Amino acid sequence: MASLASNFIGIKSPNPFWLASAPPTDKEYNVRRAFEAGWGGVVWKTLGSEGPPIVNVNGPRYGAIWGADRRLLGLNNIELITDRPLEVNLREIKSVKRDYKDRAMIISLMVPCDEDSWKAILAQIEDTEADGVELNFGCPHGMAERGMGSAVGQVPEYIEMVTRWVKQYSRMPCIVKLTPNITSILPPAEAAHRGGADAVSLINTVKSITNVDLDHFSPFPMIDGKGSHGGYCGPAVKPIALNMVAEIARNRETRGLPISGIGGVTTWRDAAEFLALGAGNVQVCTAAMTYGFKIVQEMISGLSQYLDEKDMALSDLVGRAVPNFVEWQELNLNYVTKARINQDLCISCGRCFAACEDTSHQAIAMSPDRVFTVKDDECVACNLCVNVCPVDDCITMEELPKGAVDLRTGKPVGDYANWTTHPNNPGAVAAE
Amino acid sequence: MTNSPLTPGIVPGRLPAAAYQANFDDHTPPFDAHEARVAADRCYFCHDAPCITACPTSIDIPLFIRQIATGTPEAAAKTIWDQNILGGMCARVCPTETLCEEACVREAAEGKPVEIGLLQRYATDVVMQKGVHPFKRAVPTGLRVAVVGAGPAGLACAHRLAMHGHDVVVLERRAKAGGLNEYGIASYKATNGFAQAEVEWLLKIGGIEIRTGVELGRDVTLAQLTADYDAVFLGIGLAGVNALRAAGEELAGVRNAVDFIAELRQSGDLATLPVGRDVVVIGGGMTAVDAAVQSKLLGAENVTIVYRRGAEKMSASGYEQDHAVKAGVRIIHNAAPVRVLGNGRAEAVEFAYTEDGPNGLTLSSETFTLKADQVFKAIGQTLDGAPDGLPVAGGKIAGPAARVWVGGDCAAGGEDLTVTAVAEGRDAAEAIHRQLMGQQ
Repeated sequence: MASLASNFIGIKSPNPFWLASAPPTDKEYNVRRAFEAGWGGVVWKTLGSEGPPIVNVNGPRYGAIWGADRRLLGLNNIELITDRPLEVNLREIKSVKRDYKDRAMIISLMVPCDEDSWKAILAQIEDTEADGVELNFGCPHGMAERGMGSAVGQVPEYIEMVTRWVKQYSRMPCIVKLTPNITSILPPAEAAHRGGADAVSLINTVKSITNVDLDHFSPFPMIDGKGSHGGYCGPAVKPIALNMVAEIARNRETRGLPISGIGGVTTWRDAAEFLALGAGNVQVCTAAMTYGFKIVQEMISGLSQYLDEKDMALSDLVGRAVPNFVEWQELNLNYVTKARINQDLCISCGRCFAACEDTSHQAIAMSPDRVFTVKDDECVACNLCVNVCPVDDCITMEELPKGAVDLRTGKPVGDYANWTTHPNNPGAVAAE
Repeated sequence: MTNSPLTPGIVPGRLPAAAYQANFDDHTPPFDAHEARVAADRCYFCHDAPCITACPTSIDIPLFIRQIATGTPEAAAKTIWDQNILGGMCARVCPTETLCEEACVREAAEGKPVEIGLLQRYATDVVMQKGVHPFKRAVPTGLRVAVVGAGPAGLACAHRLAMHGHDVVVLERRAKAGGLNEYGIASYKATNGFAQAEVEWLLKIGGIEIRTGVELGRDVTLAQLTADYDAVFLGIGLAGVNALRAAGEELAGVRNAVDFIAELRQSGDLATLPVGRDVVVIGGGMTAVDAAVQSKLLGAENVTIVYRRGAEKMSASGYEQDHAVKAGVRIIHNAAPVRVLGNGRAEAVEFAYTEDGPNGLTLSSETFTLKADQVFKAIGQTLDGAPDGLPVAGGKIAGPAARVWVGGDCAAGGEDLTVTAVAEGRDAAEAIHRQLMGQQ
């Protein structure tokens, strides 16, 4: 079995699966059980300044969306940072770390945006022997209205400033957790980099309303007839997170900046995708909140098996897909494929036909006895039929070889050429 | 002395009192809301769905399932009833395994179709239990239609006519409306008086009067009806029963399966219903299976169905045959009765194995004898009491006459299924309506 031993910015853990800062990591009891289940590390639920702890609502904290059989696809929360006293958290962190020296112990922090507050909290955690800190610049609800969390993460200058303070007043490795509630992830990531961050982690949750109670006309989770936006996470946000991770990984200013990937990691495969797009490790929360701590065992066995099958080390996988993440204009416009329907696998549901006929390019024919075939002269290879087909591998995309005539355009398939040289592009650069 | 399955003869009370309730309970428990949601999620919402084509009443199945999946069983039930006003009963008695569920693409894909019948039952039950009847009559037309037979065809016809604003009188020879829903199907398929509840629910449309105890030919003639009403619909079913044409058929203990099933359905206390120790059922259809299984459930020790052809020719579906076997019924294929043996009352039946050759079915010299203190004949029903002057072909009424429409089991064409009868009754009502309103 391939070793999953991970070294992320000098922090070692037996595997790259950390529990993200969230309810699963908010106390000693949980974290000990998580380590027993096999998690490589935890980011302890965010600590605030010393003083009276913050309070949470006493009604529902979570909203959700579901797929078939109530499979949880997306979770939204309005819970705040830890509501337990600082000294209790610090004592417990120290106690757990003492017993699990091989596991990563990161402390998430969120204090008011002034130098004294940060200096004070960093001094207080010094004694815990934790491996690093994560700056929570991401939380989009509750704390943001008090000038913390995503209120900082949305202003690159603040990110840079606070990161500098942390590096100035602490020896610990510093991870800056970024919010996706911005128009581009790059300015915040670049600011963290300039401020001296050892890594960034992303994404934090997405501002969201999961649903509306249609009897009380309130967003959900509903507290006494009212709702507030929450932070969205779980499988539904994975595509957003993958894109943001990959943008940072390929960006010239931030290339090489270690990334801890977060956002909907539910299986080993999700984790492998984050790693391939440049994450050095992953953090998980919703999957654990849905299925319990034990899921890490599938993640460990699956990732290890995959690395064995590919004869790769964990470090070989990290960033492997980044060079292939390009801008649209670099895509090969002479790559031509056509949908192919495997008649032996087809169960004649007609979903490909309905999708193509009603909403795409009218490129699938239906015979009176329900045989579905692709009209090559109409098929633009959009892949919608593949996506709506309920049968694995029943519809596939077949590449036309070079020189073959595309019946839709009447032209033979040519060599690689992209939009930058296309005659229809007013800004095209003449091909040499 | 109390009786047991081993008590000889045809006797009641073979089982402990509590066993009857358990044995005749709903043989397929209904879905709860969550089960319905999970089952509904499996529907692919096929384009031009094969299940719709396979349904004799053409219910828009993908639509009603999606309406269940989105938490609106009321809308789902309306979708069902728009096509099939007896959708509640059909959900219970349809051989879905040879209709919609056989056509389901997930049957082709995995051998596990979407459970359409149970989903239909869920939707219709939810709304019927609320007592909601989501149809209203059109403005009364003042036109009057007589419907003969209050079975599935007649009821479906009556409801659709009433909906169009016509006044309907339904004449029924038996004491209760419902036809085979009330008298002719296994008790465990329609528990808790569902057939009568459905009739009462159906009548909420208004404009329908049911007169029971009125028999065509005995109490009223077709000529009178055509004179008194603007149109007549005949849904009289098949009241006759085929004879065995075997010696000893007249012995005590030999009986029509349909009569046994009807008596069982009307019995207030199944512990008082006598059944044999060794029961032999002759036939291969749903009636044979229903009689055999219910004999077993009443406590008969040995129940055997004997059918003259092979398993694949049985009109009872494979699912029904399995159901019988699981209930403890033995099925013997390719054998036909030669004579019923007994002194005054049936004691055994002698069978000969059959051979299916170029000259049709012939009896071989190979015979065997089954002990039988009770013998049920389930070899098909026949048209009985059809009014003179109507064309008859293949033992069924072959088509409409002037101002007379026909549907259900008594009519030529179609399978003898509840759902087919509903479709024919509904379509006849539409034809009558078009004609009465001068739209034809």
